[in-house]
Amino acid sequence: MNEELVNKIKANPKYQELVSKRTSFALKLGIFVLVMFYAYILTIAFNPSIMGMKTGDGVMTIGFPIGAAIIIISFFTTLIYVKRANGEFEDLTNAIKEDVKDEL
Amino acid sequence: MARILLLITTIFAISLLAAGDANFEASKRELNIPAIIMFFIFVAGTLAITYWAARRTKSASDFYTAGGGISGFQNGMAIAGDYMSAASFLGISGLVYLSGYDGLIYAVGFLVGWPVILFLMAEKLRNLGKFTFADIAAYRLGQKEIRTLAAFGSLSVVTLYLIAQMVGSGKLIQVLFGLEYEYAVILVGVMMIVYVTFGGMLATTWVQIIKAILLLSGVSFMGFMVLMHFGFSFEALATKAVETHTKGQAIMAPGGFISDPISAISLGMALMLGTAGLPHVLMRFFTVGNAKEARKSVVYATGFIGYFYLVIAVIGLGAIVFLNSPEGAKYFVDGKLFGGNNMAAIHLSHVVGGNVFLGFISAVAFATILAVVSGLTLAGASAISHDIYASVINKNATEEQEIRISKIAVIVIGIVGVLLGIAFEQQNIAFMVGLAFAIAASANFPILFLSIYWSKLTTRGAVIGGSLGLLTAVILVIIGPIVWVQILGNAEALFPYKHPALFSVTVAFVAIWFFSITDKSQRAKDERIAFEAQNVRAETGFGAEGAVSH
Repeated sequence: MNEELVNKIKANPKYQELVSKRTSFALKLGIFVLVMFYAYILTIAFNPSIMGMKTGDGVMTIGFPIGAAIIIISFFTTLIYVKRANGEFEDLTNAIKEDVKDEL
Repeated sequence: MARILLLITTIFAISLLAAGDANFEASKRELNIPAIIMFFIFVAGTLAITYWAARRTKSASDFYTAGGGISGFQNGMAIAGDYMSAASFLGISGLVYLSGYDGLIYAVGFLVGWPVILFLMAEKLRNLGKFTFADIAAYRLGQKEIRTLAAFGSLSVVTLYLIAQMVGSGKLIQVLFGLEYEYAVILVGVMMIVYVTFGGMLATTWVQIIKAILLLSGVSFMGFMVLMHFGFSFEALATKAVETHTKGQAIMAPGGFISDPISAISLGMALMLGTAGLPHVLMRFFTVGNAKEARKSVVYATGFIGYFYLVIAVIGLGAIVFLNSPEGAKYFVDGKLFGGNNMAAIHLSHVVGGNVFLGFISAVAFATILAVVSGLTLAGASAISHDIYASVINKNATEEQEIRISKIAVIVIGIVGVLLGIAFEQQNIAFMVGLAFAIAASANFPILFLSIYWSKLTTRGAVIGGSLGLLTAVILVIIGPIVWVQILGNAEALFPYKHPALFSVTVAFVAIWFFSITDKSQRAKDERIAFEAQNVRAETGFGAEGAVSH
């Protein structure tokens, strides 16, 4: 890709829209997952007994549902991201491509 | 070609049976006929795939990326397959069996890396890369330096991961066939060499997909049988497990395996960031046709892996209950689980499904090892042939020469894997994987991440920082409790923590930052300017389609 084309793509409002929307979306989801995971790890690190607290009269502790929930939530965040990326972001990318296709 | 494969199969069959005979008396187990039948069916099937793939593998692109013709679903399956390694399957179920909740921490950490890779890296990797992760880091930086360093990073990770798989396979076949550990490891090494040298990425991917389907079916059945026994109540299962386990209620909470805050944080970091630096997994982003399929494959992979880990927790608790019962006594020798704690899931399969299911699970676990070591070896071989040979040593290399070097590298890595697998026989395999992750997180991830996101990154910064990250991780592991005390037999470790990632990742990031911003050379200026063009391509993928021939 030559400099001229790079500048042309960068100046395209659709490109700016794509980058800003996708970056902020990915960042929000990424931070969400990171906060969730590190909250979990730091709890284990500094106060493991919290994970060992019982949920009822039986042996079950809150650590198990929390662990399972992190796994399940992780899956759903990837699903949410891909739904939007393969729809909205893909369309934007194709639109940009259409704009510059002669030079590509 | 067909004749060679036939010959190799025959040699295997003979050596397997001969060795089995020789050690039959020494073994404490009956020869497991259903397992052996399943095993041979699998071997025949995968060799047929290899033969099919070998006829379709002509160019370097075919060899490294299956020609880019894998669909998102297939690739998701294959990624899941790479992830649901024997170390995950046997290691994590063994960890749950041994210490309960701690096993789940590993599972959570292994999985959570996925969304992060997807959000921050997957499409950019896909848009910038061609065959290996070094392609991305070397996009605007010095080819020679970056590729050499990346190849070292890849090879270190591949080697450690390979050892973990080899140890798992050796233990498994020991239990399954009553075969000596050493023979078992050699068998795995030779089979893997055959798959990869002849079939390349296409065979490796399909072996991986088939194994992923078989493994998911197998663990589902086990999980189902265990839960059925307790009326599908996880609570009832946990209650019985607590009653049965010597540690009692302690197995329901984080315990001895992760003993202090630094270790916990360090392990968490290694597991999460390491995922983004595993060369054999990164390679899989290039086997699909476009970014859309690459994204889909991550969703499928996360779904399969997440499900798998949840079932593994059930299986681990099930193993506590069923193996520590009077009927489970036959799985113990001198008070220890036969074959070690990593065999908990295998013994459980016998309890819940009898000989035939034991045979099935054993054959699948063995297939798992073969598939994962094949993927690893291919990643290691491409680091050598694509990143070192074709990009540094002989820039005018033809595709044929490059592929030939790959194949030689496969054989060398296979032999090294076998030797180290024998040397590290006594290690817990989930732990070995943890180490591989630490190196991936400290050497590969920082360079990859900063080369995508940080315009001020320079070759100097990447090379010095990446090397320091790698060195720090390796040195801290060597002087840490596992190698320094348990393997080398010293009284006290020089570095008190088992997991070095917290320190080594920090060293890598700080050093890359420092040596980049202080780099005033003309080359550094050019590299910073080149970021713009790289970034446009990373965001849009324009220009990347040409990287894959269809």
